[in-house]
Amino acid sequence: MCSLTGATIQFLLSGWLLLAYLKARSTGDKATMLFEYRHQWFRSLNINYHVGIDGISLAMILLTAFVVLSGILISWSVETKSKEYFFLLILLSLGAYGFFISLDIFMMFFFLEVAVIPKFLLIGIWGSGKKEYSAMKLALMLMGGSSLVFVGLTGLYFNSVTGNGAHSFDLQQIAQLHIPVEAQKIFFPFAFVGFGIFGALFPFHTWVPDGHSAAPTAASMFLAGISMKLGGYGCLRVATYLMPDAAQYYSPVIIVLATIAIIYGAFATMMQQDLKYINAYSSVSHCGFVLLGIGMLTKTAINGAVMQMVSHGLMTALFFAAIGMIYHRTHTRMVSQLGGLLKIMPFISTIFVLAGLCSLGLPGLSGFAAEVTVFMGSWQRPEKLYRFATILACASIVVTAVYILRAVGKTVMGPVNDNTYPGLSDASWNEKTASIILVAGIVIIGIAPFLLNNLVSPSSEIILKKITSSNY
Amino acid sequence: MKRLMILERTLKNIMLNDFLLLMKSELILVIIILLLLLAKIGVKEWTNEPLLKIINLLLLLNFVAGFFFQKEGMLFDDMFMSNKLISLEKNILNLGLLLVSMIGYSWLRIHKHVTEFYILLLSTLMGMFFMISSGNLLMFYLGLELSTIPLAALVNFDLQKRQSSEAAMKLIVSSAFSSGLLLFGISLMYGTTGSVNFQIISQHLDGSPLQLFSFLLLVAGFAFKISAVPFHLWTADVYEGAPVVITAYLSVISKGAFFFAFVSVLYHVFNNMFTTWYRILLILSVLTMLVGNLFAIRQNNIKRLLAFSSIAQAGFMMIGMIGGSLAGTASVVYFILIYVFSNLGAFGVVALVSSLTGKELITDYKGFYATNPVLSWVLAITLFSLAGIPPTAGFFGKFFLLISGAGAGNYILITIAALNMVLSLYYYLVVVKAVFMDTKEEPIERLNIPALPKIAMYVCVTGTVSIGLIGWIYDYIYSLSK
Repeated sequence: MCSLTGATIQFLLSGWLLLAYLKARSTGDKATMLFEYRHQWFRSLNINYHVGIDGISLAMILLTAFVVLSGILISWSVETKSKEYFFLLILLSLGAYGFFISLDIFMMFFFLEVAVIPKFLLIGIWGSGKKEYSAMKLALMLMGGSSLVFVGLTGLYFNSVTGNGAHSFDLQQIAQLHIPVEAQKIFFPFAFVGFGIFGALFPFHTWVPDGHSAAPTAASMFLAGISMKLGGYGCLRVATYLMPDAAQYYSPVIIVLATIAIIYGAFATMMQQDLKYINAYSSVSHCGFVLLGIGMLTKTAINGAVMQMVSHGLMTALFFAAIGMIYHRTHTRMVSQLGGLLKIMPFISTIFVLAGLCSLGLPGLSGFAAEVTVFMGSWQRPEKLYRFATILACASIVVTAVYILRAVGKTVMGPVNDNTYPGLSDASWNEKTASIILVAGIVIIGIAPFLLNNLVSPSSEIILKKITSSNY
Repeated sequence: MKRLMILERTLKNIMLNDFLLLMKSELILVIIILLLLLAKIGVKEWTNEPLLKIINLLLLLNFVAGFFFQKEGMLFDDMFMSNKLISLEKNILNLGLLLVSMIGYSWLRIHKHVTEFYILLLSTLMGMFFMISSGNLLMFYLGLELSTIPLAALVNFDLQKRQSSEAAMKLIVSSAFSSGLLLFGISLMYGTTGSVNFQIISQHLDGSPLQLFSFLLLVAGFAFKISAVPFHLWTADVYEGAPVVITAYLSVISKGAFFFAFVSVLYHVFNNMFTTWYRILLILSVLTMLVGNLFAIRQNNIKRLLAFSSIAQAGFMMIGMIGGSLAGTASVVYFILIYVFSNLGAFGVVALVSSLTGKELITDYKGFYATNPVLSWVLAITLFSLAGIPPTAGFFGKFFLLISGAGAGNYILITIAALNMVLSLYYYLVVVKAVFMDTKEEPIERLNIPALPKIAMYVCVTGTVSIGLIGWIYDYIYSLSK
């Protein structure tokens, strides 16, 4: 109850933040970051508690608020050690919020790691299946990622010499400096791959399927909906923004890896029987679009990447919520054992179908808007490799359609497989509220993508200006 | 009236007396030791519980007294020095001693030789104080011996356990060997520079082969004491055989003191030979981290696991040391401050479980969370701190150590260290997994914890969680380091 109140307050606050932000922008405030606040933390190392938001971080904060609220509603029925459960969920969301508002990369790193251990405990204690193995794998891989990020950050720190000779962790200060190109080339891979592990960069995506499928429902929603976005956001904000020369230099590599992730994720999904695995592998594929968008280094593509992050966050959270509801009632997640759910639980099935359609990119839902933006941005790059990658990525949508329609169709249509199913209940009030919140987000973005696009656009323009101004 | 003025003047004289003020920490320890001796030979038979309470109170007073009347200066022809940083280091050790003593309450309550235990313990601490304060190699050696020989007796303090006496034997042999190395190094240093005074030595360093050799011997002696690989072989056996309280003392306070002394000797005496010892430390630290972590993964006894993890931590601390005198000293002292809280918290839980149930295997801890939720969280938080996970202080400690090392420009080392953090996370998580996730038919029953260890646990957890978030602590240490 307490955490629900908290989450609602967070939700309302983020809505208020959105309004305040829009108001400030409409009055012509052109500053890069709004609502900045700075407090000295470690003077001798020039580390500050420095927060502020721009359009991109605001979009991510809104996403977090949506997912946290619905995730907490969904886990209403958790009874074993519920206090610890909600405590860890809130700690996880603290990590995410903190990460998105930080303007000091030390602080960012701090919050990035804050979000790791709650995941380990959530999966290990409340999970199902191979929970201990998955929890351990996730924690170690994510820590591996953050240790690479750490090396990247120290590299940035020691190569940033501000006016008075001191080093700096401050995002904006580093952005105004020019980090030597050689240093960028060394440290960009560390930072990008490190954040990439969080964002399911191929070939470091293997924690995603295991972690997501073993986690309890709300933790899966948080994992896929929020914490994979930490990676994408980090790649964009730290790696690409602060090391633009290296970003251009390594852009083909990123594109290749992202394309592999998209194709590989899509085909791997086709082989899955477990609904959670289906969604987890499709997350690998969808997060590939995020990295593809970032790697393309055009304004539209970066907009698209941010939109895809938001859209995928909402969509996948909804998907996991629906799977969780189904599993909670039928006690199976195997596609082959399910069937005809539409007759028994119409609400849940509708939600499930909706999430599936969003995932395959039906116009009118958010997935379409985001993916189209990424593709349009990608097409602006005339080089052969980029064209090829774009075409392949577009083609993967067909595969997506195949697995989504197959999974969704088999589950909700057809004959009822098990004679115990007809007695099962439909969604309860909390599950309905949670789903409606997420559906609202998806539909709003799907129908009026320009809302999100206008929010993000000015900020991605700043990032892009930095990239094009680089003399590489 | 006149008498009162005389009294006041004498008091003032006492307060301003260099000898009394500079050696304040040592003198207080001597007073406590004498009080304990008097209590032992006195007519009154003390029962353990009031005696332990009084001793802990005295140690608390000792810790508090450390904050007042700090003074900078030299004594005895530059043999003994004190300044604010040294006072701080002594305070950290005092705090550690207090925590160890509180944690040991449930073990000592039923022990027959409480006074002897504390007399030995305090004399080792006094030896460490002399070692940290030394301005002269002889003084340094004196302190070192004073701190190691009673330790061997302490390791043997589980009088019935054979393993304990074996551990004591191992400790005394290996420390005698390392002291021999150190003494040999000191004598060669005296031969080449003509002095044992730190300042004079540092002026006469020219990097001649004989000096290098003597320097190597000194480093080897230190490496023994801080259990750096390849001089670590005594550590695990001694840690396993000793009573848990003494293991905690060895791995936190004794190690911390040797690190303080190591840092100060390197930067005060051998600053000119930086490039030489930079490379030595580099190799030592990489080896120590790797071996410590790899061996820790294979342990099934939690004391041995913590022993190897403390070896790995020593490797991290050596990374911090190479970062130049300012950042190096500050980050090492800061890390040890954090290490006192987090490692003592972890050892505290292990000591309680071991003294109340006698169980020490990781598998014994399965299902611990169901019966002892508070102790489980203490263990988890302190282990996360040792692993360097935010928001616990260990994260900041390790971050600053590595930043300090990276300041020397060696990014390969930093990458190795960062990957080692992942390695170390694995075995800490194994313990956390056993505690929180595994279940067992008969887990450790609900423990009834006495008040003193409970307070110690709360202090450890509070320290572990809050030190990093309070920024000025690091800034303060940084401003003291020169």
